[in-house]
Amino acid sequence: MMTYDITIDGKRYRLDLNRADDQWSCRLDGRDVEVDAVLIRPDVLSLHIGNQAYEVKCERVAGGTDIWVGSARFAAEVRDPRSLRGRVRAADDQGPRKLTAPMPGKIVRVLVKQGDAVEAGAGIMVVEAMKMQNEIKSPKKGTVQKILVNEGAAVNAGDVLAIVE
Amino acid sequence: MFKKILIANRGEIAVRVIRACHEMGIAAVAVYSDVDRAALHVRKVDEAYPIGAPAASESYLNIQKILDVAARSGADAIHPGYGFLSENAKFARACADAGLKFIGPTAAAMDAMGSKTKARQAMERAGVPFVPGTSRGLESFEEAEQVAARIGYPVMLKAAAGGGGKGMRLVHAPEELKSALESARSEAERSFSDSEIYIEKAIVNPRHIEMQILADEHGNTVYLGERECSIQRRHQKVIEEAPSPIVDPDMRRRMGEVAVRVAQAAGYTNAGTVEFLVDEKKNFYFLEMNTRLQVEHPVTELVTGLDLVHLQIHIAVGERLPFKQDDVQIRGHAMECRIYAEDPDNNYFPSPGKITLLLQPSGPGIRRDSGVYEGWTVPIDYDPLLAKLIGYGTDRDQAIARLTRALNEYFVGGIKTNISLFRRILNDSDFRAAKMDTGFLDRLLKRKEDTVADDKAAEVAAIAAGLFAALDTRSANESKDVIDRASKWMSAARREAMR
Repeated sequence: MMTYDITIDGKRYRLDLNRADDQWSCRLDGRDVEVDAVLIRPDVLSLHIGNQAYEVKCERVAGGTDIWVGSARFAAEVRDPRSLRGRVRAADDQGPRKLTAPMPGKIVRVLVKQGDAVEAGAGIMVVEAMKMQNEIKSPKKGTVQKILVNEGAAVNAGDVLAIVE
Repeated sequence: MFKKILIANRGEIAVRVIRACHEMGIAAVAVYSDVDRAALHVRKVDEAYPIGAPAASESYLNIQKILDVAARSGADAIHPGYGFLSENAKFARACADAGLKFIGPTAAAMDAMGSKTKARQAMERAGVPFVPGTSRGLESFEEAEQVAARIGYPVMLKAAAGGGGKGMRLVHAPEELKSALESARSEAERSFSDSEIYIEKAIVNPRHIEMQILADEHGNTVYLGERECSIQRRHQKVIEEAPSPIVDPDMRRRMGEVAVRVAQAAGYTNAGTVEFLVDEKKNFYFLEMNTRLQVEHPVTELVTGLDLVHLQIHIAVGERLPFKQDDVQIRGHAMECRIYAEDPDNNYFPSPGKITLLLQPSGPGIRRDSGVYEGWTVPIDYDPLLAKLIGYGTDRDQAIARLTRALNEYFVGGIKTNISLFRRILNDSDFRAAKMDTGFLDRLLKRKEDTVADDKAAEVAAIAAGLFAALDTRSANESKDVIDRASKWMSAARREAMR
């Protein structure tokens, strides 16, 4: 028996799954749901709920997992309440915030220095990808604690670029 | 016939030309930059040569490196694709000097079309319609009044030295003209130190319609019908279709004949496209000529049954066009979606990266010209066009229905794409009624998308999310252990914790 706390676009569900003799039994928020599922390949699930057929895709993205039901996308969080390590820390606006690269690219300009005071939304640096420039903005009002990349550096999606305290 | 063709390009168009070569029994040679070693065109080709650093100036735009590869490989012709060196007259000339056939127009024809003023003079002699107005600066307010009255309001005042919208004024009525002219003049003076202003009829909500032409090297030029390209964002075409919903056979003939005159005035050979602006009363005005194969050429191929790349090669060998104007028939309707790696939630900013999952559509009336595959990393260095999805049907409605169906089959994971934008456009009632102009997409994007919360689908997503966590065997495969339920559960929990 597996139990998950699942958040879909901000709404919480409790899901109990059990598998016996290749048959799933499934309870969603205490309600029995008739489910048949085949993992077609990693990240693609053929899911039958009753006789309704769905092809569902799972995509790992910066900051979580997206679940696609047909062409509709849902932001999903899956937690196992029995796992202590699975708990998500509450987002803390008071502490330091990391600025990460939204895409792979090149740092073309750093607009601030370490120690600078910045407003929320102030430009911190400019990343270029595919000949387009994108300004990385400060998520909060504060002080630039650290700049972790130099102008000209190549970065990958998710790399930490700077920390605003 | 050529024995070997070098393709001086990358991405989907390089793959497109390689396919044509193979269909014609011609060996294909690819060039690639350091980041493109694993690119699809390099996988599909017969011979491949590295040409240096990712920056286009070091590789795909480097004329000398490409000519060196042509010499080493023994290629007898070069296909430039679109973009990069395709409209570079210097490159066409260098190919000719090196004894290589450039599959496209001559350098002289490119030069004639490249210079706007030269092109305009040659075109005026050939009786090509331009947006009415003065081609030189206005002497006085009285002259502006007379010209505006003659061409009809609304009019556009433009700085002769202009650019970026500076010194430009849209004037709707005579009483606005005087102050508009004065402010345009002073703005032009401040911005460009040149107060010369000319006047043109303002084309309000124009449609962008272009005519495909083909010319052999024996003086035969034909038109292959139009493409409507009014769905644009930042002057970038997003959807193209053929035929245009507003062009009837008579208008097609008139536009086609103008396009042929434009090509002949420039001594044009091979495939080319003459672009027009079309106003609300279906008057059409010459905009410019593109001296290359267009991205959107497949829609013309589908409605004419012709293969433009095969024909380009036949023409370049020196063969005569195998058909006459009267043989060209338009049949059915085709529409193309340009699938870009860009993020709809982030102002359509480019989204390069690794394609982790790729599910591609097929089936009746669907053509997909792609330059990517699952597992490949889309580099940051080039245009973000991934693929073109083209739908064909008996009529426009069927083409739209097939494209919509195919878009629902299409899934690109790991990077963001504009696939969702096409669903929105194709579902729009104005688009379906073919009420469109070059401002259509900006207006659509300003409107908030009506999203209906779908509780049923959200429940499906919740169940699926749990099943993925329970079923996902990726970490299991890594350790190659036989995994019982308990350790699978632990690996799911660990993955969660590391997220």
